[in-house]
Amino acid sequence: MSEILVLVEHVEGQVKKVTLELLTLARKLGTPSAVWTGDGYSPEAQARLAEYGAEKIYLADSAEVSDYVVAPKAELLAHLVGEKSPVAVLVAATAEAKEIAGRLAIKIDSGVLTDVVGIEDGLVADQSIFGGGINVRSRVTKGIPIVAVRPNATPIEAAAGAGAEERVTFTVSDAAKGARIVERVKEEKGARPELTEAAIVVSGGRGVGSAEKFSIIEDLADSLGAAVGASRAATDAGWYPHQFQVGQTGKTVSPQLYIAAGISGAIQHRAGMQTAKTIVAINKDPEAPIFELADYGVVGDLHQIVPQLTQEVTKRK
Amino acid sequence: MNIVVCVKQVPDTATERKLKSDDNTLDRDAADGVINELCEYAVEEALRLKEAHGGEVTVLTMGPAKASDTIRKALAMGADKAVHLVDDALHGSDALGTSHALAQTLKKIGFDLVVLGSESTDARTGVLAAMLAERLGVPQLTFANRVEIAGKGSISIQRVTDYGYDRVEASLPAVVSVVEKINEPRYPSFKGIMAAKKKPVEKLGVADAEIDASQVGLANSWSEVADFAVAPPRVAGTVVKDEGDGGVKAADFLASKKFV
Ligand SMILES: Cc1cc2nc3c(=O)[nH]c(=O)nc-3n(C[C@H](O)[C@H](O)[C@H](O)COP(=O)(O)OP(=O)(O)OC[C@H]3O[C@@H](n4cnc5c(N)ncnc54)[C@H](O)[C@@H]3O)c2cc1C
Ligand SMILES: Nc1ncnc2c1ncn2[C@@H]1O[C@H](COP(=O)(O)O)[C@@H](O)[C@H]1O
Repeated sequence: MSEILVLVEHVEGQVKKVTLELLTLARKLGTPSAVWTGDGYSPEAQARLAEYGAEKIYLADSAEVSDYVVAPKAELLAHLVGEKSPVAVLVAATAEAKEIAGRLAIKIDSGVLTDVVGIEDGLVADQSIFGGGINVRSRVTKGIPIVAVRPNATPIEAAAGAGAEERVTFTVSDAAKGARIVERVKEEKGARPELTEAAIVVSGGRGVGSAEKFSIIEDLADSLGAAVGASRAATDAGWYPHQFQVGQTGKTVSPQLYIAAGISGAIQHRAGMQTAKTIVAINKDPEAPIFELADYGVVGDLHQIVPQLTQEVTKRK
Repeated sequence: MNIVVCVKQVPDTATERKLKSDDNTLDRDAADGVINELCEYAVEEALRLKEAHGGEVTVLTMGPAKASDTIRKALAMGADKAVHLVDDALHGSDALGTSHALAQTLKKIGFDLVVLGSESTDARTGVLAAMLAERLGVPQLTFANRVEIAGKGSISIQRVTDYGYDRVEASLPAVVSVVEKINEPRYPSFKGIMAAKKKPVEKLGVADAEIDASQVGLANSWSEVADFAVAPPRVAGTVVKDEGDGGVKAADFLASKKFV
């Protein structure tokens, strides 16, 4: 049996979709074991992980593991790798999980691949680089492959696993306790899906004009059950929080549908969204580069078009 | 305080970036080299910390000879001196190799604080700061949008997260990486540019920095690129002009694709 460790991403006790994607991928490569760190574990979480094929669930929910930045989680995974000798470790390509993967790579002297969009037989990974401009196939040549997979790149499929729980007894070393998290500040974000996981993303740019006017972007997003994104011009202006920035120095998203309103389509913005399946652009400038990659474009004032679109979507539901 | 800021030269994202077909590595000659944008923010933060708390800012760059342009830029912004890690044996190093080389150099030159960008525009791995913290055995304070040196040897940051931020505390020495919302990098002044020409730049090779040659370079990478292909460009679709019914038309399109 070739075991694959999958690091679980969860928020408020809910298993995130990317974890189900990783489990789906892991099943093609071997037998998935989920690794849960931090609090919030519940019978529902267990059921969810088992539903998508986790044979085992390793539980490391002591506060020690999550009270310090990244290092304890890397230590935990290294400990599990030592004990279980898996054939690969899969994590989500989020900022934090990539850091965990990086530290783990050093600890177990193994190669790490980030921003992977697919895994083929023989653990060959597909990566999309330079903002989607080049597709690369790469593989780890030393150690146990550690692979960070982008959210939304894999269609999920359920296939039951045993979901047997196993508590991990493990003590975090003092060396891993250097950076202590003293406070977690949650900025209110409402009930919208998370940007990188959302099937639909509606983004606003400088054309939106003000922080107040972002409400029309939010309304459209809500009518579609979408996440809200923003261009750097909009986050720099303080109209929308930084964590919603899409692009080269923001999040990379590959939703089924991406709607860009008042965004010119600079290369740095495209780097974060051009792998979306379908792109719709709304811009008053017919020459805006965003139209070069849009499947459907409307030239005109977004302050007219977006509310009308929201109304239509709501009407047709 | 002895601050070292790690600065990387990257191909300008405004030009077309290519991989070389002979060894599948980045074609650094094909595009203009510029300072990685987030590294400018790292330099700025290092300078501000120095201005507030005293000390010295050293620029550390690993890269080919032409990366010296990037070093000059950081010096022109106000850094005091630089170390340029340059050796053909380093070509093609992956993140593990690069982190080994930089960590060895940092051990050699000494530091109280290392500042990095949180991500580079070419590799985009975003793991280097975490790897350096691991290799150096010091606290990892990454993805900071705010850094404060409190008093004797203690440091706190705000670490950007999906839900907002974490407040994180540690003691020095430490590794910090910054995001672009942390500050507004200064433009080098004419005086700064002139002064940069006279600032010391120490060139180190693999042996000088006591780098293990079996840990760096393309041949010793932990991973390899099997092959690559240029992605087919997206083709533009229908563009309509809003005649008062733009929203309705867009809704029709969404309906045709089953989104509504
Ligand atoms: C190293 C680097 C990294 C970067 N990283 C990112 C990144 O991660 N993400 C990112 O987005 N950018 C990034 N940028 C910035 C990028 O280059 C652009 O400046 C930015 O994307 C522009 O945002 P925008 O399209 O909203 O604004 P603009 O380029 O100013 O475009 C605004 C658009 O809105 C349209 N408009 C105006 N009013 C209306 C209206 N009433 N109705 C309809 N349309 C209207 C205009 O026609 C225009 O096309 C980066 C830049 C650099 C140098
Ligand atoms: N060759 C290098 N020389 C100096 N610093 C580097 C180098 N490569 C990466 N860095 C630093 O690591 C950060 C993150 O890069 P990366 O992990 O490649 O995305 C950059 O912003 C730099 O501060």
